Amino acid sequence: MSRALSGRALRRGLVPWLLPLALLLGWEVAAKAGWLSARVLPAPSDIAVAFWTTLKDGSLPHHVSISAERAFLGLVIGGGLGFALGLINGALPVAEDILDSSLQMLRNVPHLAIIPMVILWFGIGEEAKVFLVAVGVLFPMYLNTFHGIRSVDRGLVEMGRVYGLGPVALYLRVILPGALPAILVGLRYALGIMWLTLIVAETISASSGIGYMTMNAREFLQTDMVLLGIIVYALLGKLADIASRWLERRALDWNPAYRTGLEAA
Amino acid sequence: MSVALEISGLAKTYPNGQRALGGIDLTVPAGEILAIVGGSGCGKSTLLRLIAGLETPSAGLVRVGGDLVGGPHPAVGLVFQEPRLLPWLSVADNVGFGLAALAAGERAARVGTALERVGLTAHANAWPRELSGGQAQRAALARALVTRPQVLLLDEPFSALDALTRTTLQDHLLELWAFERPTLVLVTHDIEEALVLADRVVTLRPRPGRVDDIQAVVLSRPRDRDSHNFEVHKRRLRAALNQSLAPDTLASDSLTAAAL
Ligand SMILES: Nc1ncnc2c1ncn2[C@@H]1O[C@H](COP(=O)(O)OP(=O)(O)OP(=O)(O)O)[C@@H](O)[C@H]1O
Ligand SMILES: [Mg+2]
Repeated sequence: MSRALSGRALRRGLVPWLLPLALLLGWEVAAKAGWLSARVLPAPSDIAVAFWTTLKDGSLPHHVSISAERAFLGLVIGGGLGFALGLINGALPVAEDILDSSLQMLRNVPHLAIIPMVILWFGIGEEAKVFLVAVGVLFPMYLNTFHGIRSVDRGLVEMGRVYGLGPVALYLRVILPGALPAILVGLRYALGIMWLTLIVAETISASSGIGYMTMNAREFLQTDMVLLGIIVYALLGKLADIASRWLERRALDWNPAYRTGLEAA
Repeated sequence: MSVALEISGLAKTYPNGQRALGGIDLTVPAGEILAIVGGSGCGKSTLLRLIAGLETPSAGLVRVGGDLVGGPHPAVGLVFQEPRLLPWLSVADNVGFGLAALAAGERAARVGTALERVGLTAHANAWPRELSGGQAQRAALARALVTRPQVLLLDEPFSALDALTRTTLQDHLLELWAFERPTLVLVTHDIEEALVLADRVVTLRPRPGRVDDIQAVVLSRPRDRDSHNFEVHKRRLRAALNQSLAPDTLASDSLTAAAL
């Protein structure tokens, strides 16, 4: 009985992998047999080789770490600013009156549309990429933080006041924890936008980073390197998503429905 | 007997011009259970919010144990119709919410006792969402009582619960009250609840809210909801409540006089 069950579970676990494996195998065979031109799609084994050689000569880690650094810096600067603005505008109606409508206006400009301006301002240096990422992540962080603070249950705030909490204690013990689910949703969106922005920025103008690596490879028709770049981007994006979900699960243990809040910016 | 709560000439007009309370005078001795009944919108919640220091009076004053109330006062607790537990804190941390100034050990001890008294020891580490409505309201009661308030205000604390849970919690509230005998001011729209719990029942008359009637409940505790005497009290209080809801002849007379 139990053996039959575990056998079925094993088959269940394996079945979803069959099709991708078959495709991969077919792809490999087609590429090696010459039915697929290497210019269109390199063989999976070639990509694996490209991965191995670039890993060994250090160029892959080099480009990945440069991209990661840009992403991280942009996230810290833009996300931090968005978070701070959300906190201030959420807490002080005066600040909201002054700042919110301007921010809402700026939000409507697609941040990738300002790439030509950014290149004029910063050239193709590091600042350009970091700036673009920062602008991209600022709005989802701002909007979700602001929304989170504004939608904290007024009843809980009133309860806090009954217990003699001053404005600062109220913020730290009631408002901020209450806004955390929305803030983390903002962070997850910011992470997605962060990678997307970086891909575009590095593809258009860079002399290092994963985007540069792929564009450079394209010029020399090294499709295996191009595909490797794409796969690395996908993996990094997935990694960021896993990290933010882990953070949500840790911080929002109490909330069965933490996947709420504003959608993307 | 010392006076726990002194209310004199208390009036509240909201910024939108709504006259919620028009001059309330009440003196509540320490340890008394005072119930406040009255029609919807007659200012019961406003009165409690003024005592709790959540609103500022337009006229008059509130004193708690001799202190003038000008904001939330540490000796005054307030329990709302909903439990208002913080969903990100465990039940025990919610109960200890008002004890942040205490050392951790002392706080844990007080919370432990409070949880035991409301029968939630087994749920100390649960999330609020894992409690039933009655359990959550008991946790809210524990949170309010653990700070040992001299005056505990309750605004329709059991009205969101089913009838059975409500009567259980009414009896339970009396047991809790017996430990430290704080002064209770209980707003309710349930005549029976007022008579089971209170030493005196105040009836408010609406627009603006004023004291219309005060009845002493001369029944020994524990009170039998089915006794003849209880029925007599119920009839008397219902009459007073109906009276307070009747058209305000005096006020309309003076209105006509003013119009002339
Ligand atoms: N924040 C406010 N701003 C303006 N008017 C208010 C406010 N709160 C209450 N009121 C008005 O004051 C009056 C008294 O309200 P209150 O909430 O004290 O009544 P209540 O006796 O508690 O009613 P209920 O039994 O329905 O809870 C009502 O007419 C109400 O509309
Ligand atoms: Mg009310």
